[in-house]
Amino acid sequence: MAICGHKLSLCGLILSVWGIIQLSLMGIFYYIRSVALFEDLPGLEEEDKLHSIEKFYADADKGYLQNAYNCWIAACLYIITLAFSGHQFWVNSRSSLRV
Amino acid sequence: MGSLFRSEEMTLCQLFLQSEAAYACVSELGELGLVQFRDLNPDVNAFQRKFVNEVRRCDEMERKLRYLEKEIKKDGIPMLDTGENPEAPQPREMIDLEATFEKLENELREVNQNAEALKRNFLELTELKQILRKTQVFFDEHEGGVNPTESMTRALISDDSIARQGNLGSVQLGLPEKTYETEEFFPCFVAGVILRERIPAFERMLWRACRGNVFLRQAEIETPLEDPSTVRMKKFFKFDYVYICFRATLYPCPEAPADRREMAMGVMTRIEDLNTVLGQTQDHRHRVLVAAAKNIKNWFVKVRKIKAIYHTLNLFNLDVTQKCLIAECWVPVLDIENIQLALRRGTERSGSSVPPILNRMETCEDPPTYNHTNKFTAAFQALIDSYGIASYREMNPAPYTIITFPFLFAIMFGDAGHGLLMTLFGMWMILKEKPLAAKKIDSEIWNIFFGGRYIIFLMGAFSMYTGLMYNDIFSKSFNIFGSSWKVNVNASVIYEEKELTLNPSTADYSGSPYTFGLDPVWQLSKNKIIFQNAYKMKISIIFGVFHMLFGVILSLFNHMYFKNKINIICEFIPQLIFLCFLFLYMVLLMFIKWLMYYATDNKSEETYSPHCAPSILISFINMVLFKEPNHIEHCDDYMYSGEMGIERFLVIIALICVPWMLLAKPIYVMRNQKKMNYVVSHEQMNAATENGDAEQPVHNNAIHRAEGGHGSHAEEDLSEMFIHQGIHTIEYVLGSVSHTASYLRLWALSLAHAQLSEVLWQMILSKGLKVEGFEGGIALYIIFSIWATLTIAILVLMEGLSAFLHTLRLHWVEFQSKFYSGTGHGFQPFSFETILDSATQTADE
Repeated sequence: MAICGHKLSLCGLILSVWGIIQLSLMGIFYYIRSVALFEDLPGLEEEDKLHSIEKFYADADKGYLQNAYNCWIAACLYIITLAFSGHQFWVNSRSSLRV
Repeated sequence: MGSLFRSEEMTLCQLFLQSEAAYACVSELGELGLVQFRDLNPDVNAFQRKFVNEVRRCDEMERKLRYLEKEIKKDGIPMLDTGENPEAPQPREMIDLEATFEKLENELREVNQNAEALKRNFLELTELKQILRKTQVFFDEHEGGVNPTESMTRALISDDSIARQGNLGSVQLGLPEKTYETEEFFPCFVAGVILRERIPAFERMLWRACRGNVFLRQAEIETPLEDPSTVRMKKFFKFDYVYICFRATLYPCPEAPADRREMAMGVMTRIEDLNTVLGQTQDHRHRVLVAAAKNIKNWFVKVRKIKAIYHTLNLFNLDVTQKCLIAECWVPVLDIENIQLALRRGTERSGSSVPPILNRMETCEDPPTYNHTNKFTAAFQALIDSYGIASYREMNPAPYTIITFPFLFAIMFGDAGHGLLMTLFGMWMILKEKPLAAKKIDSEIWNIFFGGRYIIFLMGAFSMYTGLMYNDIFSKSFNIFGSSWKVNVNASVIYEEKELTLNPSTADYSGSPYTFGLDPVWQLSKNKIIFQNAYKMKISIIFGVFHMLFGVILSLFNHMYFKNKINIICEFIPQLIFLCFLFLYMVLLMFIKWLMYYATDNKSEETYSPHCAPSILISFINMVLFKEPNHIEHCDDYMYSGEMGIERFLVIIALICVPWMLLAKPIYVMRNQKKMNYVVSHEQMNAATENGDAEQPVHNNAIHRAEGGHGSHAEEDLSEMFIHQGIHTIEYVLGSVSHTASYLRLWALSLAHAQLSEVLWQMILSKGLKVEGFEGGIALYIIFSIWATLTIAILVLMEGLSAFLHTLRLHWVEFQSKFYSGTGHGFQPFSFETILDSATQTADE
């Protein structure tokens, strides 16, 4: 059953391949606590002064782990998208071959 | 040698072809595509040429084929395109082809005509059938009702509402002709069909024409009717004028119910018969078209080839004896062997015994420029040619462009992530080259991308390199080798200060730089842009000066090749000195600054500390204006001893170069001309006295003509030369300044690209990453797709396009203005391939 057209399913394919690769890599980088990604952590409010280093580290660790999981979740969602658009692409190419 | 560096050596050849063999030979040359024929009878009207008849026949055949193609397309039959390239058929085959096309066309036309007639017939019958059905209703009402007028009024009202839908209205007219003579109400009926939108006007018209003595009743025909042709025959009746005006069709409608029923039966059977006939006609037409569709592409190729050959033959001169044709053509010297082989093949094919003669001619005309390209270099050559086709045998910038173009692009597009996307796209096009080329996609944008696939690939690969140098991957940095910077502060400082400054002169910096590219620590710093600007501006100027210097050096090879010694002395040397002494020296200062100054807190080394490092731009301006630098406490005024003296010397020499460029050449030419005039007048006297062999005077005359031109216009030429040289010098001197500054666009675009990609990350992807909890995964899934789309659309496509255009400008203006005149005309060989390509393209449009 074809829901998407030929072009949309191709777009979905490319986007999901890209998403899987980049998001799973970003997940790994968050997991190993990459400093470059520090600016994009959730739950860290900008404060004028630091009050407790321990709390800061705990927050950061939590954020890193959370983001690592989130990235992998998004990557998994892209795997589903990949499967779906791959199927659509296959359906489309088969129907176009028949004609 | 090295055909890429200069255009091919060309020669003008005279070709003698035996009339019988000419066709085959030209066809072989067309397959080869290496010969450009010259029109030898330019003053002859196109209708007076020798092979007009044949060309006209080909046109006729092409027209028939186009008709066939149109019909095939109308029926949606797929045309077989095998991509094969049939040879140009023999002239005698032309008659066969003509006969085939004639037969096909006639058959098709006949079938079409018959089908049209049948359809018209069908339409009429259907209309009649509908009328009979509708009138039946009216008559039933008429007979059933007590008061005819009342029932008619009722019917009229109800019919009005029906008539608003559907597409055709059937019209019935009641004409009370003898209302005043008899009491009996005996209307005369007329029934017909009219287009629905014309009904209101028709009704009013009838009303007026009959002074109100008319009853119009209408009922719409629900089934849509197909009109085969626009013009329809009409039956003229009493109100023929009105009917013509409204294009209504009238049908006889018997009044007796039995007659009507009988007529309806007859109509039904006729319709059925017609349907079967129509079906058979359609089948036949389909069969004919399918048979034609198999061959039509092949036929097109054949006919176009024949036409091209006769067009070419029309350019030839006819010998007095009518036995042979004489052609003149431009030919690449290296390919003469190939051409002769092709000619021999052509003669063999035609069965003629006399071989064609290819004869090199001397000429003073400018030969066309022809660069051998392959699929890799063709795109780069196209970039150069779109500025201007190189003069004959001029240095061709294309081979250098292959490296410099992607490199300068990459400086502006430095991001490994975006570079990777671009490389993958280019690589996909290169790997799938053959299937993609075979698809022949018509989209113009796609063809631009596909034509430049190697450029795209190289640009992407180079961008990945510069991206790693700038340490930018989607605006994030990788710390692969370990940063050289360290934060050495204790906890109390962290609690107190919001911002920390790392000082490279202390233990914060390890002393050895990051292994490859920019240290990743800069990504987190606040002064990243300031630091990068200083670096990127300097490298832009450095690359720019070397790029221009390279251009100037290429002009030396041009002068050397054309044995233009005076240009070397009066143009190349002062240009080189001017550029080197001012701008290369500035580059040198940059390197001195990089090497000499370093971060230090030591008081004894203060002269080499960053606070003493001079601004290169300021010191360069001071140098040109002969100004003393401002003194700073504890610092040396100059970077090295004797700098002032050297700088003064350099500037003065560079300034001397300006009048040198401006005046040396015209003065030299002026003095030479005086000498030459003297010599020429002497020679003329000699020639007049001596009436020697035939060769000598001719030779002399040629020289005299050339020199004489100079002599008579000496004054004008000289002033022109002064003006030309003046423009040239001003262009170069001012150009050196503005072009050097122009290379700053490398920095500006690179900055813009880096900032834009950072903003995109922060404004979009970061929003998805900052969502707390596991909902963040779903948010990230959506936001990532938005970010990815925008990355492609804005950063890769738009920024890529702008960087591409700026690179193109740097090559066309800043680089090529140093050596490239680009005043040649291109080599347009007679080649079937290009002719067929352009023909299919125009046909598709």
